[in-house]
Amino acid sequence: MENAFLQDWGITLMVFVPLVGAVIMMLLPSEQEENHKTIALGTSLITAAIGFWLVIDFYNLGSETWSDLHYVVDRNWIDIVNARYLVGIDGISAPLIALTLLVVPLVIIYSWNHIPEPGNAKAFLILILVLHTGMLGSFVAQDLVLFFVFFEVVLLPMYFMIGVWGGENRLYAAIKFFLFTLFGSALMLVSFLALYWVTGSTTFSMEGLAQEVASRDIGSQTQWLIFGGMFMGFGIKVPMFPFHTWLPDAHTQAPTQGSVILAAVLLKLGTYGFVRIALPILPDAAIDWAPIIGGLAVAGIIYGALGCLAQTDMKRLIAFSSVAHMGYVMLGIATMTDFGINAAIFGMVAHGLITGMLFFIAGSVKERYHTLEIKRLGGLLVQAPHLGWILGFCVMASLGLPGLAGFWGEFPAILAAYEPAAGINQTLFRVYMVIAAIGTVLAAAYLLWLLQRTAFGTPSEEFEDDPHIHDVVLTEWIAWIPLLILIVLFGFVPGIIFNLTDPAVSAFLPGGTP
Amino acid sequence: MTTFLPLLATESPVAVPGIFEIVWIVPAIMAASFVAILLFSKRLSIPAHWIGIPAIMASFLFALAIAGNWIAYVGDVADSHDSGGEALAFVDGDPELAAASADDEHGKSIGVSCLTDDANHADDGHSDEESLAPAALGFVEEGEAPHVSPCPVVTQVTWFENGGSAASGGSDIQVGTMVDGQSVMLLVVVTFISMLVHIFSTDYVAGDRRYTHYFAFLSLFTASMLFFVLSSSTLQMIVGWELVGVCSFALIGHWWEDKPNSDAALKAFLTNRVGDIGLLIGMIILYFAAGRTFDIRAINEAAVTGAISQNTLMVAALCLLAAVMSKSGQFILHTWLPDAMAGPTPVSALIHAATMVVAGVYLIGRLYPVFYVGFDIEGSTINPLALVGGITCVGGGMLAFVQRDIKKVLAYSTVSQLGYMVLALGVGAYTAGMFHLFTHAIFKACLFLGAGSVSHACHHSFDMKADMGGLKQYMPKTFWTFVIASGALAGIPPLAGFWSKDEILVGAGVWPGTGGNGTYYLPFLFGMLTAAMTAAYMTRVIWLTFFGRYRGHAHPHESGNRITVPLIILAVGAVFAGFLNVPKVLPVLGSRIGLWFEEMVEPAGIATFPVIDHGKPSFSLAIVATLLALGAATLVYVYYKRLYAKDAMATDYTDSFVAKNRFIRAGHTLLVEKYYLDHLYTGTIAGSTKGWMAQAAYWFNQNVLDGFIDRVGSGTTATGRFIYKYIDQGAIDGAVNGSGLGASQSGEILRKVQSGRVRQYASLMFGAATVLAAVFIIAV
Amino acid sequence: MFLNQFLFLAAILFCIGVYGVLTRKNGVLVLMSIELILNAVNINLVAFGSFNQDIAGQVFALFIIAVAAAEVGVGLAIVLLIYRNRRSIDVSEADLLQG
Repeated sequence: MENAFLQDWGITLMVFVPLVGAVIMMLLPSEQEENHKTIALGTSLITAAIGFWLVIDFYNLGSETWSDLHYVVDRNWIDIVNARYLVGIDGISAPLIALTLLVVPLVIIYSWNHIPEPGNAKAFLILILVLHTGMLGSFVAQDLVLFFVFFEVVLLPMYFMIGVWGGENRLYAAIKFFLFTLFGSALMLVSFLALYWVTGSTTFSMEGLAQEVASRDIGSQTQWLIFGGMFMGFGIKVPMFPFHTWLPDAHTQAPTQGSVILAAVLLKLGTYGFVRIALPILPDAAIDWAPIIGGLAVAGIIYGALGCLAQTDMKRLIAFSSVAHMGYVMLGIATMTDFGINAAIFGMVAHGLITGMLFFIAGSVKERYHTLEIKRLGGLLVQAPHLGWILGFCVMASLGLPGLAGFWGEFPAILAAYEPAAGINQTLFRVYMVIAAIGTVLAAAYLLWLLQRTAFGTPSEEFEDDPHIHDVVLTEWIAWIPLLILIVLFGFVPGIIFNLTDPAVSAFLPGGTP
Repeated sequence: MTTFLPLLATESPVAVPGIFEIVWIVPAIMAASFVAILLFSKRLSIPAHWIGIPAIMASFLFALAIAGNWIAYVGDVADSHDSGGEALAFVDGDPELAAASADDEHGKSIGVSCLTDDANHADDGHSDEESLAPAALGFVEEGEAPHVSPCPVVTQVTWFENGGSAASGGSDIQVGTMVDGQSVMLLVVVTFISMLVHIFSTDYVAGDRRYTHYFAFLSLFTASMLFFVLSSSTLQMIVGWELVGVCSFALIGHWWEDKPNSDAALKAFLTNRVGDIGLLIGMIILYFAAGRTFDIRAINEAAVTGAISQNTLMVAALCLLAAVMSKSGQFILHTWLPDAMAGPTPVSALIHAATMVVAGVYLIGRLYPVFYVGFDIEGSTINPLALVGGITCVGGGMLAFVQRDIKKVLAYSTVSQLGYMVLALGVGAYTAGMFHLFTHAIFKACLFLGAGSVSHACHHSFDMKADMGGLKQYMPKTFWTFVIASGALAGIPPLAGFWSKDEILVGAGVWPGTGGNGTYYLPFLFGMLTAAMTAAYMTRVIWLTFFGRYRGHAHPHESGNRITVPLIILAVGAVFAGFLNVPKVLPVLGSRIGLWFEEMVEPAGIATFPVIDHGKPSFSLAIVATLLALGAATLVYVYYKRLYAKDAMATDYTDSFVAKNRFIRAGHTLLVEKYYLDHLYTGTIAGSTKGWMAQAAYWFNQNVLDGFIDRVGSGTTATGRFIYKYIDQGAIDGAVNGSGLGASQSGEILRKVQSGRVRQYASLMFGAATVLAAVFIIAV
Repeated sequence: MFLNQFLFLAAILFCIGVYGVLTRKNGVLVLMSIELILNAVNINLVAFGSFNQDIAGQVFALFIIAVAAAEVGVGLAIVLLIYRNRRSIDVSEADLLQG
């Protein structure tokens, strides 16, 4: 049984504690930087404590019940549109919630001595906390309107983060990010409303809508269109080829913390939306869309990899690699099989950990060398051996080395593509499978190339005696070690996530395993 | 359709030694050693080898214990079968059985199933030991002694579940260990060679700037390799396969300050990744074909019993062949292996000669039924496996002739010998292939370590022509061990290589009276040619290195004990290892220990392995092959002897026909340029991928996709500007401005009312209120 | 009948208040007059409240009392400031609002 306190208050507390922290910080003058940092960290740790208590309690409920929603809170919210405050956790959201809970405190720790220009820790940390609420809210919301609100709450802090603390071209990147996402969410909202009217539903709850769709005879054309709207909304967030162009700019310009949160959690909102909303509510349309999604996914894999090979900037390269990696996630989703979707969720977590780490490293390299141009770097292993080895480790993880987390997002997705769900063109998906497998070679190529150019060799004359270049410092260690450990742990014990997601995934798939 | 012959003995099966269930400890020790070295070695300033060497010794002892138990176990199972055999009877009346045996075209039976009912054990999720000693063989071909091997002993736990647990209709993905002849054999080889390399390294890499990392990666490599070797599922094999790859990457690039080294490391990794496409896809095909399982036994049984169609198996086998080609350096994906010599020499010995590169061969052996059935090895005359192996052993051997670098010669020799093993498996000579793997590991490790010892004496140079020559007198121990190992490699009786090579040639089934699984003329030809070439290029190496006059500028000296003792141990192995599998027909030894290795390693009478024919050994073949090798060696010896007589310092005839004849010169250039494969890969394929393809994709991104977005953005802005300028400012604002003008004029009038006196305002307000009240009263 | 008396009272008070606001020059007296106006309104509210059996009237009255207190505070402060600046509290002389 769920713990009674958690049942009533757990989720709500977890979601809104960061907001409380943000309000407290607003009341303090911005000169007290240390206080702000302490409060921000404390808030995120309290959130994490509540959240992990929830997740662990959830874990203890036993695998038979992981497919159901737990800790459900269902209250009136906006009666006039039948929107309800309906939240809950199941096996699909639990890993992502845990990921968010982990990443945000680490980002705040990293901020301790890495507040980007132009400073102002107060505003920066408040934005992170608001983001925190938005992200957690999106993962627990079980009502479409609520989900939409949280989904949009995330947008604004990120916009400011890029626009204020970003690089040289920050305004362009911030506006591009904002408009792209807003465009997608507008279509998504239209889809939600269409779903509501077409089904004649009296609720926006995801479960309710899924039942409505299943019980009513809705034209496949209509379903296809509605799914299309969601596809645009979530696909842009993922981002899927060819809607990805906001991503490299946003990542390159964003401050390190912004990039990490963007890569680790924000992108997952898109794929999570597919798994949580689009697929369960419109399974038939998903089957119709599968070849398109799969095609764009593998196009993204190859395209992202080629894009990486053309990069001269380390951070931009990592950003492009996200396009490729999210391609595997989307391929897994497109197969509509348990194996594929489990892999997709695993891929989300793994990508969050690994790419988050890579962005951390890029930020630290930038801090030391004041440049990320691959040509000018080199010999990182000589000047900052630990940093170099960590980069090497993350590169290996990112290219999907078995035994590290990245592999379990890629290989099962490729495997699932061999035999997608009934109703999906098998031959086509086998072609996708081969293309995706070729993508693993390209991934190795660009990542190792990056490693060779930055870490191997000897330092260029420019930086040879630069006193700024030092090895990993304490805050970096504290922020990174949990991520590094988890990358190895998930690599060797993939069951931690697979077993968690599997019941929930099997439950919503049409007819289970084909 | 299963065609098992379910004849079970009535008496209790032989107990499985408990030690087989804890064999996971062996890789675990090495993994722990890796972690310990990384964490503690520098911090507590413990020399890394103080952690690494005890760990590898413990592993080796454990491996020996496993091997001892396995040997006893094989004997027990065979005995139990012998005694239980009479109790068995054919169930004549059983129609299914009769149909099963009738189906079998070749009149061979399929042995006892090694699969127990997994579902019974799956839900407990813990160590469900599935070991069943097979008690019987269906029926035995007449005239052949009944030989029944034990089933692989598998111990596994659930790694993760998919689609619910197996009990609820999903599948459990298992991870565990599989102990059988093949894995025990490699377990011993890996730990043995690794141990010697560890010892050798304490001297050889002493004082290296990354001594600690070196030993850490040696440990990690050994752990990964053992993990791979002991895999019980194909998924686990993929994991181990790639982990050894990454250790190889790290160790090739050990001196990463120099770009050629890191280039070589990258090349090795990327080439292997190319092959891994095949590995992934092949394993995926087998997973689905065998009914959603990664279990090696299940896949093998499905292949043997015909549960998987031959076409599917062929496609899977072709995919896996790509993986084998990359990992085991087969043509055309071999190019990384010679470059991998950029790593420290002991690493070359351990990883790029003795153990990791045989992973491909091991993979074929592990999934032998897939290849055997898929390529229809039985009774054919050529198949992809034999062809690839054949081309590799000749192509690699030829390249060995033109190298200046002693390690490169050995590398190409490794390529060539790996081709030999693949060829052996391709012609159906399973045991011969495995035996060659075994012997080759020993003598090739000896050769590499010998080369290391030589270079240790010559200022770390590997250039035979510039820095060596005449070393025989300076370093006799190295010389003699090198010569013995070379003899073993060249197949000079009675050294180890002779026995294994002979079996492969027998297995090709071409020589009169040898029998075998088919008649592989072309592979046989390649095999004979390679036998001659091997002897020739090894003679060249020995001459250039040890004979003649010293050409370098160092002061060569014999290496220390930590280097020579491993060499001597390996040389002793190179002499005696071959006797483990002498033919039964050999006088004296044959009747006592004949085919002992085969009995221990090759599964027989169980359904996870196809029934294969063994060729009959032929004295004439052995003599011819030996004469060929000796002849080639003599030829080369005479060639250099005459050169020496002419000019003591020369290494080439300046006026030889190589220098004169246009065609031969072209051939020589072709070899020096390594068949231009590197140009193709690095220049054409990698270059264009990284070059115009990547640039085109990025151009597309920036100018087409992003251009579109930017155009939409700027278009919107332009529209906005238009609307602002003409509609907003012109029309709407015009109206507004007009009204504003009117307002300001009326304001002029009303201005006077604004006196600023509060009381005046108040009276106005009250007045207005009164008026309003009056209006209300009147109107309402 | 019952209601009328209160409305009359309120109307008278209101008129007194308006008269005071319009005629008095002394700022303090102006404020007191405003207070009278507000109290007139209060009477109205309470009266209508009890007439319609609705508690809201009294609630609003309480509100107004509170607001009035605040208003007087602010008003007195303004008067004080005007006095300090001009040494006079004659409101007819203050025409700053003319701008």
